[in-house]
Amino acid sequence: MCRLFAVTSKTPLSPMLALEALDVMREGHDGSGVGLFLKDLGGPFEDFKGAPIMSGIFSEGGLKKLDALMMDKGFMTKHKVTFKLDKNPPEGTPKRDIYLIRAYEYPESWDGLSDEERGKRLRDIRLEIRKMGEEKGDMIVFSFWPDVAMIKEIGDPLTVGRYLKLAREELSARIIMAQGRQNTNYAINLYACHPFFLEGFATMTNGENTAFVPIMEYLKTRGNPGYMGFQSDSEVFVQILHYMYKKLGLGIEAYKHIITPLEGDVLENHPDKTLLKNLKQTCRRLIIDGPNCVIGCLPNNSMFMVQDRKKLRPGVVGGKPGIYAFSSEICGLDAVVPDRDKTKDFQPMHLDTVIIDPDRQEVKVWRQTEKLPLQP
Amino acid sequence: MAANREITPSTLSVKDLYWQIDWSKEKCTLCGRCTSVCPVNAIELGVFRKRDIKVGLSKGFVPSNNYETFYGIRQRTAPAYACIGCGMCNMVCPNNAIISMRNDEGDKQRFHIDQGGQPPRRGGRRNDSGSLLDQIKFVRISMLTDPALDAGRHEFQVNTLLGRVLPPEENMKMLREEGWTPPVREIYPLVIGGMSFGALSPPMWEGLQMGVAYLNEQLGMPVRMCTGEGGCPPRLLRSRFIKYVILQIASGYFGWDEIIHAIPEMKEDPCAIEIKYGQGAKPGDGGLLMWNKVTKLISAIRGVPRGVNLPSPPTHQTQYSIEESVAKMIQSMSMAWGFRVPVYPKISASSTSLAVLNNLTRNRYAAGLAIDGEDGGTGAAYNVSMDHMGHPIASNIRDCYNNLLTIGKENEIPLFAGGGIGKNGNLAANAAALIMLGASGVQTGKYVMQAAAGCVGSETQRCNICNIGQCPKGITSQDPRIFRRLDAEKVAERLVDMYLRFDTELKKIMAPLGRSTSLPIGMSDALAISDFNAAERLKIRYVV
Repeated sequence: MCRLFAVTSKTPLSPMLALEALDVMREGHDGSGVGLFLKDLGGPFEDFKGAPIMSGIFSEGGLKKLDALMMDKGFMTKHKVTFKLDKNPPEGTPKRDIYLIRAYEYPESWDGLSDEERGKRLRDIRLEIRKMGEEKGDMIVFSFWPDVAMIKEIGDPLTVGRYLKLAREELSARIIMAQGRQNTNYAINLYACHPFFLEGFATMTNGENTAFVPIMEYLKTRGNPGYMGFQSDSEVFVQILHYMYKKLGLGIEAYKHIITPLEGDVLENHPDKTLLKNLKQTCRRLIIDGPNCVIGCLPNNSMFMVQDRKKLRPGVVGGKPGIYAFSSEICGLDAVVPDRDKTKDFQPMHLDTVIIDPDRQEVKVWRQTEKLPLQP
Repeated sequence: MAANREITPSTLSVKDLYWQIDWSKEKCTLCGRCTSVCPVNAIELGVFRKRDIKVGLSKGFVPSNNYETFYGIRQRTAPAYACIGCGMCNMVCPNNAIISMRNDEGDKQRFHIDQGGQPPRRGGRRNDSGSLLDQIKFVRISMLTDPALDAGRHEFQVNTLLGRVLPPEENMKMLREEGWTPPVREIYPLVIGGMSFGALSPPMWEGLQMGVAYLNEQLGMPVRMCTGEGGCPPRLLRSRFIKYVILQIASGYFGWDEIIHAIPEMKEDPCAIEIKYGQGAKPGDGGLLMWNKVTKLISAIRGVPRGVNLPSPPTHQTQYSIEESVAKMIQSMSMAWGFRVPVYPKISASSTSLAVLNNLTRNRYAAGLAIDGEDGGTGAAYNVSMDHMGHPIASNIRDCYNNLLTIGKENEIPLFAGGGIGKNGNLAANAAALIMLGASGVQTGKYVMQAAAGCVGSETQRCNICNIGQCPKGITSQDPRIFRRLDAEKVAERLVDMYLRFDTELKKIMAPLGRSTSLPIGMSDALAISDFNAAERLKIRYVV
C-alpha cells in the first residue's frame, strides 16, 4: 500500500521534509517510485506567481521539440531550475537527460483571456506535449500551470530526492504533496505515479479503486480532454473533483456526496435530501468503492482528506496553526510537526471531509450529515 | 408376426416416445391416482391378458395353459397423448410404482405432433441447457492490496435505478430552476419479469404479489413485479400495493380499459409502465393466451369474451414506426400519470436492438430499455419460434451498453436484461455477470416459477404445457380443480426465500470483488471466460 504525506505551511518548506516523512513510513512502500507536487511556491518562483510552470522529464531531443513548440506558441522562458545530476543514478532509477521545472511568460495573444480560457489552453498544451512524447518516450510532462511544480521518478523516495538534490534553496513550497509508491497492479509508468494534476486540482491516493472501470468509462465521455490517461486507477479522483467543481458548480463539501453518497434513513433525513438524492442518481457511475484515502489540493490552496465508505485505509491530519500535515501514519506527522498537540490529531472516518483552509489556522471537519453550504 | 394394431404413418410404439412410463406391477396398488392426475391423459387403466404355461417332468403330467387377466397402467402412444415427463404420476403414487423416463435415443414423436396440419405449440422454454452466462467467472478477487469484504457483516448497497437519469449538469440546472426531472425509481436489481394474470393462475399471481409486498414492507427490499400483458385486478390497481407493480402494455392492450378507468382512483402511482414490443421466447410474435385459459375472471379483467383464443398482434397496430412507438407511446403513457411514472419499452434481443436503443437515447421520456434474450420463457408459443428465433442476451446487452458508453449515456438509460437468467439454477451468478456486462438489473420469470411454485419444467423438454391450462402444479392453469393445488401463501413464502438467497449470493459475489457501495454495473474487468471467441466478443478477459 502506498504511503502519503502532505503538508501545508505558512512558510515555504523543502520537499525533502516530505520525503523524510515518507521514509519514516518506508515499511509501507517498496521504493518503486515517488511523486511530488509543489504549490504556493517559495524561493525564486515567488516572483513568477502568475507564470505557468512546465514540469516534466525530457530527453535532449525531446527538449528541442519542446522549445520549438513553445517558441511557436509564443511562450518565453522566464525562469528555470537546473538539475545537475551525478553520472550514475541510484539503483532502479533510470538515467534521464533533463528534469524540467521551467516558468514561462504568456504569449501576448493571450492577454485579456479569462482565467477559465487560459486554464483550458494550458491543459491542451500539456496534453499536446504528452501526446508528442508518447511515441519515443522523450517528453513526459506532469503539469503546466501557474505556481505548480511536479517531480516524479522511479526509485526510493529519499534516495531519489538526494540524487535530484531537492534540498536546494530554490525549491520550496508552502504546499507539498508526496507519495511513496507501492507498485501493485500496473507496470511502473511515471504517468501512473501520484499525485495527479488537472487544471489547478491535485489528488493522491492510497489503496485500490475497485470501481475503476465503470468510473473511467463514464469520465471518458464527459467531454473534457483532460479526463484521460488512466494509467492508475487513482487518477479518476482528481477528475471527479474537477468535474464536480467545474461542471456541477459544487464545493469540496459535496465531494463525499458524489464518491460515497449517503444511504437509507440518513439520506432521507438530510436537510439537502433532494439535492443529494439527485446527485446520487446522476453521479451513480462516480461512486467509488475503495478502499481509498484521498488527499487533495484545490486551486485556492485549500487541502483536504477523505476516506471511502468502508474506511479501510489509514489517514491522519494534525499540526498547529501555521502548519498542518496529512499523513498515512502518525509517525509521518511526528517527523514533520513533532511539537503539535497530538490530542488534536484527527483520523477522518467514513462520513468526514477534513479541510485545511489557505490560512492554515485550524482543522475543519465536515460531516456528510451536515447541511451543505449555500451554493454559489 | 402380425402387429397387434393397425400400422399407420403415425402409429408409434412406446419406444418412439420421448418420455416412457416405467411402471412396477409389484408395487402398484391400482389406486388410480396417477391416471387421474396426468395432465395429458398419457396413461390409462390397462387390462392385460397373461398366459401361464404349466409343464411338469413327472410321468403322466399333462401340460396345460392357464389364461389370466390382470390390471395395470398402460401408456398411450398416440402423439396427442404423449407423456410430457412432468412426473405428477410419481408424485401422487403412494408406492413410488410409476415414473417417467427419457428415451435413450432420439424420439419419433417430434415428426408427428402436427396432426391436422397444426404446428406444435407449447409453453415454457427453449429446452437448451447450454448457458454462456454459466461459463462466466468472476476473476478480479480482492487480495491484500484491497481486502475482500465480509459478505455476512458488511453493509451493501445493491439497489439500482429504473428511470431516465439526466446528465449531472442538466440535473443540477433543473434543480436550480425548479424544472421537471424525469421520475426515477430506486429498485432491487432482480425484477419479476412480465407474467400475466391469465398466463398465471390466481393463486400464483396472488402469491407473487403477497411475496413482493412482504419483501418491500417487512424486509425493506424494493422488489418490483411486472404484470405482463393482461391487466391487473381492479382492487390491486386501487391499493397502495400498486407501487410495487410495473404495469405492462403490449400489442393486445388487454386489461388497459380497466387500468385507465382506475387511474383517477389510484392511491399510489405504479412503479413503472413497461411497453412490450417483443419478448425473447418468441421474438416478432405477439402474446398468446389460449382459449381454455380465458375464464370468466380473466375475460372480465381483460375485457374480452370468454373462451376465445387471445393472440396479440406481433406489433402495436396503432404505430407504424419506431419513432412513433418511442415518441408517441412513451409520451402518452407518461402523460397518463402526469409524468410521474417511468415508461420504458421491452424488446426481444435482436440484431436491431441498437436501433431501438439509439432512438430511445434521443427521447428524454424513455426511462430505460428491457431486453429479453432467446432463453426467455413464455406461456404459449409455436415451437419453431421458441426453438429457433431470437438472439442471445449476453452479447446483446454488452453491445447496447458499449453503445451507451460511446455516446456517454451509460447512466442515463438503464438496461434491464432477461432471458435464461438462472436457467440452470445459478440465478445470482448469471444476474451478476449480466450486471457487470452492463445491465442495470435483470428480469426473471421461469426461475420464479420453479423456485416459488415448484414448476417442473426444465431445459430438457419436461412438461412445457403452460399453454393448455393443465399445468400439473396449478401455476399456469385457470381450472380451479387444478390451481387449488397451489397455496398462494406458500408461493409468497418461497418467493421471499428465493430473494433472500439471491441477496446473500449476490453479496457473496460482490464482497470478494471489493464492491459494496454500489451495484457493480459495467465492472467488466471482474469477468472472464475460457472461451476465446466469447471473450473477444464480450470484451472481457480470456482465461484458461
